[in-house]
Amino acid sequence: MRLTLTAYLLLFTIGCLGQVNATSVDFDSQSITIAFSEEPPQLNSMKATDSVSIDVLSHTMEGLARYDRRGQMVPGVADRWEIDDRTATFWLNKNAKWSDGVPVTAKDFVFAWRTALDPATASEYAFILYALKNAEVINKGELPPTALAVRALDDHTLEIELERPTAYFINLTAFASYFPIREEFYKKKGERYAADASDLIYNGAFMMTEWVHGASLKLVKNPHYWNKDSISLNAINVDYITADSRSQLNLFIDGKIVHTQLDGDTYKDALSQKFRIRRFTTGVIYFQEYNHRPGRITANKNVRKAIQHVFDPHEMVNRVLATPGNLPGESLFPVWLNGVKGKFRQEYPAPRAKIDVSLARKYLENAKTELGIKEIPPLVLLVGESPTATKNAEYMQGLLKSKLGLDIKIDKQTFKQRLAKMSSGDFDMVGAGWGPDYDDVMTFGDLYASWNLNNRGRYINPEYDRLVRVAMNSSVPQVRMDAMGEMQQILFDDAVLLPTSEQGIIYLIHPKLKGVTRRVIGADPDYTYARVVK
Amino acid sequence: MIVYTLKRLLAGVITVWFIATATFIAMHQVPGDPLLNDKAVSAEIRKNLERRYGLDKPITHQYLIFLRNMLPPNPDFGISFTQQNRRVNDIIKDHFPVSAILGLLAIFFSAAGGVLFGALTAIYRNRLPDIVIMFLVILGISVPSFVFAALGQLLLVNVNSLMGYSLIPVAGWGSFTHMLMPSLVLGLGTMALLTRLMRTSMLDVVNEDYIKTARAKGLSPQRIFFKHQLRNAILPVITVLGPQIAVITTGGFIVELVFAIPGLGRYFVQAVQQLDYTVIMGTTVFYGAFLVFMVIVVDILYGFIDPRVRVQ
Repeated sequence: MRLTLTAYLLLFTIGCLGQVNATSVDFDSQSITIAFSEEPPQLNSMKATDSVSIDVLSHTMEGLARYDRRGQMVPGVADRWEIDDRTATFWLNKNAKWSDGVPVTAKDFVFAWRTALDPATASEYAFILYALKNAEVINKGELPPTALAVRALDDHTLEIELERPTAYFINLTAFASYFPIREEFYKKKGERYAADASDLIYNGAFMMTEWVHGASLKLVKNPHYWNKDSISLNAINVDYITADSRSQLNLFIDGKIVHTQLDGDTYKDALSQKFRIRRFTTGVIYFQEYNHRPGRITANKNVRKAIQHVFDPHEMVNRVLATPGNLPGESLFPVWLNGVKGKFRQEYPAPRAKIDVSLARKYLENAKTELGIKEIPPLVLLVGESPTATKNAEYMQGLLKSKLGLDIKIDKQTFKQRLAKMSSGDFDMVGAGWGPDYDDVMTFGDLYASWNLNNRGRYINPEYDRLVRVAMNSSVPQVRMDAMGEMQQILFDDAVLLPTSEQGIIYLIHPKLKGVTRRVIGADPDYTYARVVK
Repeated sequence: MIVYTLKRLLAGVITVWFIATATFIAMHQVPGDPLLNDKAVSAEIRKNLERRYGLDKPITHQYLIFLRNMLPPNPDFGISFTQQNRRVNDIIKDHFPVSAILGLLAIFFSAAGGVLFGALTAIYRNRLPDIVIMFLVILGISVPSFVFAALGQLLLVNVNSLMGYSLIPVAGWGSFTHMLMPSLVLGLGTMALLTRLMRTSMLDVVNEDYIKTARAKGLSPQRIFFKHQLRNAILPVITVLGPQIAVITTGGFIVELVFAIPGLGRYFVQAVQQLDYTVIMGTTVFYGAFLVFMVIVVDILYGFIDPRVRVQ
């Protein structure tokens, strides 16, 4: 037995000698090495929903338009476009090619969008295509996919009818679900499409040449990319896949990866190593969602108002989360969203609740009278398993007990079970988060529309719905933002939710790597325009 | 011997079937819904997802389909829920060898270390080497592997920064040097266990009649030690080694996470967290079968090492 083992070991030693120790940046070859927190679960752009897959896709694929380094929309596959309230026309760049040299055509977009909307595809992100005329009915199976009002007038002209005026349509075209897919290739691969590096073709700045599942990916510059001259990096090696932040920090210290995100633990070690720590606000908002279903204690507005007047998001961010980068949550609409001319939150400042315990207690007394009860029964606070979620919940529990005498039962659940309970309404309060899908206030605003399936607390307010529709059906920025401003006021007045924080992250990046873009939407970090300096 | 082997194999098949059934029932009892995700989906899409994974059928029907697909010679566990274009069979095929290599190396470390240190402690019983090693053994058994993994990695970082270049990689997979630290960490617990076992067994053997006889015959101490004492004392170690191989090759989740190793352990644990039904079933049945198989192999191997087993 031991002989065979020794033989095994010998074989391996022989087979593996001569491996070179690569470093995280190389100026001459313009290549970098990074780590992923997990294996990309789904590289089919029609079905991808998670951030790692979208990271890979955003480096390797391109939609009609794309975000530049400053977050502005610039030509992608399309050279130019005209968009009005009802139609959009895109003229495609004749040099846009797939990684095998075949031109990208308007038909590739038509095919991708029809297929994604086909209910048989079961795309979880199909809703983002609902801006296209007939998309929603097709997705419900009431019309065939061919009924989609998107036509390839010729190989390089794409004509789109919109369901309603969509002021942010151009932003949507940069999203993964809007990426093109070549029909012939997709059908040839069948079930295997996107299963391996060779089961995909790419039209973006990079293409994936290797994918060892669970271990590594290699992205190299796409020689057929129309804009390849503006791309400096020749290779992005994803040599490590681990969710362990300490392991990632160790790899960074050892000079093996160019970027690592820090958490409460590793932050202190990074400080002691004297690294330059950077921060970034991810655009994700965290909040506590209430259950508004009839019969629930939290359906009572006075209960929610009472909580609103004792909770201080600044204390939450500074004393509970206690890592740099987070911002206090003051509204459903995070600070980075654009308004009419400047930032939305500057044009429409979020109303703030004064911390006032006696006022809060009055609200609570009113609630008890309205509900006809002497004592508020214990409220269930549903949370996920992460240490941060637990810490936040315990803070909330202590706060509400000490200030209002409310008993909170913390219901800690695994990811899927938490979702199941959220969907079935088995909670009073739940710790939730929401990240943007596209660069417009609507990606947050319609969350509390009565028809939104993600409105898991079932908040129903016809006035709020009306305002969402106003913002949906107009392309006039002032009209839309005014409606959103009113919605923000309603959310505050009704204490519909309790915003807690805007997620900030802290990270380290190799000093020789320049031009890495941090993005609220799409690939983050985005290495597309990065370069290694001497 | 053949009848014995066949009997054991049949018992093994029944065990695997039992494992599969129990897992199937338990998995469906776990609260939560495998198809739910951060973004809610419409009823139509939900229906299509259910159809894709066969969840639209009654549970008994699902069980029968599962059993039918699991049958040799071509067991098929279906498509993963989380990695929607990968077959569970491919996940096992791609990642089990990684866990197996890591596990074998860990077993090599732990068996070699266990036998060596066990014998040493027995020879130096109640003297300094014994006390030191037994202290380390208790440490090895009681400290969880994630602590050793983190410490081991930190050690490498410090060694590398002292050397000025990467002598041994701190994480990743691909070359032999990548395997050293993780397999050592993975094998530590077992090494400690085997050391204790070996020590006890050596001390038992030393008082046996045949050792006294050997000594009386005037055999050299080396010959007594290697030929009689060690060979007899190693039997209990082999017994636990079989199941330990299975435990080690399947139980490396933490080590795989810390050292960024693409082993099957990671998929197994994540599948349970994500309620990835097909991967849970696939990996459990596979691991179950593997464990049962290793126990049978050890039983048969026993016959070769100890002729007395064959006679019985």
